[in-house]
Amino acid sequence: MDMERETFPGYRRPDGKVGIRNHVAILPSVACANGVVSAIASRVEGAVAMPHGHGCGRGGEDLGLHYRTLTNLGRHPNIYGLLLVGLGCEALRAPYLAEEVARSGKRVEFLEIQEAGGSRKAAELGASLVREMLREAESIRREEAPLSEVVLGLECGGSDAFSGITANPSVGLLVDWLVERGGTAVLTETTEMIGTAHILERHAAGPEIGLEVKSRVEAAERRAREILGPFASVAIAPGNMDGGMSSIREKSLGCIMKGGRSAIQEVVDYACPPTRRGLVIMDGPGYDVESMAGLAAAGCQAIIFTTGRGNPIGFPAVPVIKVASNSRLYEAMEEDMDLNAGTVLEGKSLSDVALELRELLLRVLEGEPTKAEINRQDGILCLYTTTPSL
Amino acid sequence: MAGANALIINEKDNVAVVLEDIPKGGVVTVSGGISLRAREEIPCSHKVALVDLPRGAEVIKYGEVIGRAAEDIACGSWVHTHNLVLEE
Repeated sequence: MDMERETFPGYRRPDGKVGIRNHVAILPSVACANGVVSAIASRVEGAVAMPHGHGCGRGGEDLGLHYRTLTNLGRHPNIYGLLLVGLGCEALRAPYLAEEVARSGKRVEFLEIQEAGGSRKAAELGASLVREMLREAESIRREEAPLSEVVLGLECGGSDAFSGITANPSVGLLVDWLVERGGTAVLTETTEMIGTAHILERHAAGPEIGLEVKSRVEAAERRAREILGPFASVAIAPGNMDGGMSSIREKSLGCIMKGGRSAIQEVVDYACPPTRRGLVIMDGPGYDVESMAGLAAAGCQAIIFTTGRGNPIGFPAVPVIKVASNSRLYEAMEEDMDLNAGTVLEGKSLSDVALELRELLLRVLEGEPTKAEINRQDGILCLYTTTPSL
Repeated sequence: MAGANALIINEKDNVAVVLEDIPKGGVVTVSGGISLRAREEIPCSHKVALVDLPRGAEVIKYGEVIGRAAEDIACGSWVHTHNLVLEE
């Protein structure tokens, strides 16, 4: 493979964004429509269901957050066409979500179960709409796009003591390479930056961005203290301490290694697409599945997910690349792991592992399925919330 | 770095991560040819002091200060929560 190439074959969308997959997705506006969504997906081979637990029963702040998350997910460039399935009496109505997503120029359809005459009829109608969009999607061809169009999400979950010295720094070197080519990487999980606010501030592209980063990380620290109370001091889990992490800062330093050495160009809210290229921080939760929903809504075409204990979870319509931090995990869960960074512990250099990772990323951009895609580790969308339900 | 059983992440670091359980008196060989003797047992993935760290000295890993020595830490000692503090 030509390692010096500057382009990848992708699907150019009407809004100018470039996808690396060409899916037709089915998104419920509310959890009450999940049954119909799965009925449609089971009738139509190749459709991607995106069930979730929200859309109603919450106050304004979370409704706004979920409206943004769902519409930005719907706009995702890996999705050619979207069917929104609503109930009819929920807070986040399907027609409004559809209208917002359609602003991107994307092919969007919607139906509402109450209007369609019940769940069976809604599933039939939905299946025919999805079949039609799948036929249209087949005519779309990949075309070369610059690597500067790549937006890569960064995630770590089920970490171990080696994540911060093998997998995460290898990803950091990959990010440095991508950023040099004008691409974008999104570092998130603000709770996993606790203790490093002053270090991240130093890595910001300007003083205003630096202050923004610092205030977000300090806010995450205060929130963690509120939630955990007396347990805040052991916010490093006992497992982390057994693994040799002596302070929360030491653990966080291992996490932020994924971002590499480039300057931080911007701080965006959860589920918001970056407006600048380069290294970007998305203020979001440390809970992996909610974090990935935010990264996908931010428009990341792929997510790199490092793990030490072994987490197989993927994400609907977005390839998730699993990087194992140690060989024991890689060998134990090889069918779920895309790359073994544990070879660093056996003498391989970080830059060699970063090269393997680059080749892998380029193949995934071209269409090679990740292990999570092969295993259909989509799960359900877990959306970040800030308040309890009503 | 064949034969190394410890890793220095950043050249500024004054601790290394051991890649296997090291017994008391065992030899710690770091990439780059540094070799030292463990003053005590050090569990796999934990830190070993590469230099003498007097009480109050900055403990550096990833090229950043991860805390300060809570007591005098001799070269070859295990560095963990018992002798490292992170000022709030």
